Amino acid sequence: MAAIWINQIVQGVLLGGLYAMFAMGLSLSIGVMQFVNIAHGDLIVLVSFLLLTLTSGLGLPPLLAAAITLPIAFVGGFLLQRLLLQRVLGKGVLPIILVTFGLSIIIQNGLLSAYGADTRKVAGGAIETATIPIGGGVNIGVLPFIIFLSAIVLIFALDRLLYHTRLGARIRAVSDDVATANLIGLKSARIYAVAMGVVGATIAISAAFMSVWTNFDPSSGPSRLLVAFEAVVLGGLGSLWGTLVGGVALGVAQAIGAQFDAAWQILAGHILFLVIFVIRPQGLFPRN
Amino acid sequence: MNASGTWLIAIGRLALILGAGVLAAAPFLFAPAQLQILTQFLSLLVIAIMWNLLAGYADIVSIGQHAFVGIGAYAFFAFAALAGVNPYLSLLLGGVTAFVFAVPIMLVIFRLRAAYLAVGSWVVAETLMLGAGKLSAFGGGSGVSVPISVVKAFGAQAAARYATIYWLAFALAALALVSTYLLMRSKVGIGLTAMRDNEEGAGSVGVNLIALRVLCFLWTAPFLGIAGGVITLQKLRVAPPASFSITDWTVYVIFIVVIGGIGSFEGPIIGAIVFFLIREYLAEIGLWHFILLGVLSIAVILVEPRGLWGLARRFVSDDLIPASFRPPRQPVMSARIASENAEAS
Amino acid sequence: MSDALLNIENLSVFYGEFRALFGVDIAVKAGEIVSMIGANGAGKSSLLKAIVGQVGRIEGRIAFDGDDLARLSTPEIVARGVALVPEGRRLFPSLTVEENLTIGQEIGRGGDLGFDEIYRYFPILWEKRRQKTRELSGGQQQMAALARALLANPRLLLCDEISLGLAPVAIAALYQVIPTIRDRGVAILLVEQDITRALAVADRFYCLLGGRVNLSGLPRETTRETVAHHYFGG
Repeated sequence: MAAIWINQIVQGVLLGGLYAMFAMGLSLSIGVMQFVNIAHGDLIVLVSFLLLTLTSGLGLPPLLAAAITLPIAFVGGFLLQRLLLQRVLGKGVLPIILVTFGLSIIIQNGLLSAYGADTRKVAGGAIETATIPIGGGVNIGVLPFIIFLSAIVLIFALDRLLYHTRLGARIRAVSDDVATANLIGLKSARIYAVAMGVVGATIAISAAFMSVWTNFDPSSGPSRLLVAFEAVVLGGLGSLWGTLVGGVALGVAQAIGAQFDAAWQILAGHILFLVIFVIRPQGLFPRN
Repeated sequence: MNASGTWLIAIGRLALILGAGVLAAAPFLFAPAQLQILTQFLSLLVIAIMWNLLAGYADIVSIGQHAFVGIGAYAFFAFAALAGVNPYLSLLLGGVTAFVFAVPIMLVIFRLRAAYLAVGSWVVAETLMLGAGKLSAFGGGSGVSVPISVVKAFGAQAAARYATIYWLAFALAALALVSTYLLMRSKVGIGLTAMRDNEEGAGSVGVNLIALRVLCFLWTAPFLGIAGGVITLQKLRVAPPASFSITDWTVYVIFIVVIGGIGSFEGPIIGAIVFFLIREYLAEIGLWHFILLGVLSIAVILVEPRGLWGLARRFVSDDLIPASFRPPRQPVMSARIASENAEAS
Repeated sequence: MSDALLNIENLSVFYGEFRALFGVDIAVKAGEIVSMIGANGAGKSSLLKAIVGQVGRIEGRIAFDGDDLARLSTPEIVARGVALVPEGRRLFPSLTVEENLTIGQEIGRGGDLGFDEIYRYFPILWEKRRQKTRELSGGQQQMAALARALLANPRLLLCDEISLGLAPVAIAALYQVIPTIRDRGVAILLVEQDITRALAVADRFYCLLGGRVNLSGLPRETTRETVAHHYFGG
């Protein structure tokens, strides 16, 4: 009996790693460009469908397909920022929300008309079902474990990028004060675009893992956005490690809820978020 | 103002009045099928007017207002079908319930700013929808039909029912339009406009700003709640995905207001008309009408943020319903701010 | 002045409908310090912002070593050798001193003025190089802002009220470095409200009032009464 619960909670923790990966890109775009990309979840789903086409449509092995989507997603994020989002940044609260909202609807319905409403999954092979027994009747799925480790690696990598590279210093500079950056001659638009390219890369990585582990369909975007948003806010704006903690908390809550039924699974996550948010709105590990 | 401008405004106002007259007499003029479409139009218009109030005037962008529609729907069902309260009264009680829920919801989401508030309101709406799906008295996840007895209370024959429900929607829409208009012409509206024009000065009147936003948020809740009841009478059932539908009561509404013209009273009206025309005449393109709406919205934001009405305002120099907040077309500074800028030198 | 590095002719600056400068003529030569004095609202900051390309609408000509800066973007102007020390320091608060300075160096022209020399001018910056700039005092921040501009190896240095809000000791430290920079051949345009400082260090000066130059000349040949009269108007 205890083994079932422990298994579920471990599963929830590992799921939190995936949620943290969803949230990384959102955290970056919130921190740097100060906007919440409402199409964030839909972009993850978009790349997932791209992976689907590459693997089952063209028969490419999953790793190769993922490697192909990574630069595509980087360029996609770069162009999205450069050509569309840059034009509505700084014009107040409303325009950017509306543009990303419109984008979300366009992506969802574009995918729906291109692929239909069926739920899909990318075949990952044997790794999907492999488990590692760790005693006491508790098993860890190899794939979820890899995903969790990857999330940690991703956080290290982003931390390294932001705090130990020239690009990272410039990204932090424009997120501190873009007006000053412009005044002294930094090309803030280009820096934003590169940052959004990095966000695209994290989206591609998240999508690669998600599409192999779980099902998805054209309308899955919003739920990814909400869980990413909750992980970011729970963890504390500006803290990448906090986002991991937030993701894990949501994953565990959902795992506990799933013991009752599918609706409680999602509801448990939202309730946890609302409760913690009311008690501590700044999140668990807020920066500044 | 030139002569043609004056004429255009006069014609526009006349069209509005005639339109209102036609709508008032609709049950005598239209067949039931068209009457139902008009009922939907008016229900959506109410929600659009309220969303416009929040986003266009009070700077509150919420993508979770459909929560109040769902609350109103479920409350109406609870009072009318479960508690046996008079159905007409139940509609009003649906509005009251929405208002009661609005207070804690507001306390939660007002801790968030801007886009965070938008997504936060969405989280709240999702939570309420999922919670409603857990209530077995309301049919759980699949919902339940409104009992015949409640339905018949609005008219024994179908034709009479359609007319009654239509007039309820009409009355709600008229009330929403007139009362919100008066609100925006009162000190509340002037205060909001002043705050929008004078961001730096907002700090010195910070308390008032919060109070005004609270007022606007709470103002919209009862209207949305009653609309939820009216919509339930049209759908004849409550169910989580239908009553709390983000597509019907938020996505469509946002498109309506943005395309029609945010921050003006003409905007939601124009937007709702355009939306229904697109829906009726482009029905066969199916999914693509979503994509079209999305592309149109983005185009509007990039080209003319004040929407179709904003486009019209380039040729006509006054409003048909004068209570607009006009966001600047480009970031032009007022003379006062410009001189402060130069003073800093 | 045809041998001037910076030659501003008939410059007018507009913020929407509002006009901040009315046909101003200013020139700065390499290896000279030019001070521009004027009260609040006289148009001094607008002039500097116009030079670096941060004002929407201007009329007139801003000639820098032959190029008309009016048609260029700020990064292009900076790359040609113009560096601004903005009013209010405007460092990046969450970045360290070192990171702020490095950014300044990277966007510049490259040249022989490097970190070694900067840390010799401002030893306190070496001490605090790993600290976030928001933890520095006002005077230290101003030094960092000046250092950031100097590391770009500019040919033209623009300083916007660098003494504002600082203690006399800090101001003195800053103004010790300015002539040293001038002696390397850099053209320096100083905008100041503090008349005494500005005139003490300057080779030439202009006075701005209501968006117009109403006095110019050599500090040692102009009486205080004349200066005060033009500064305050009358």
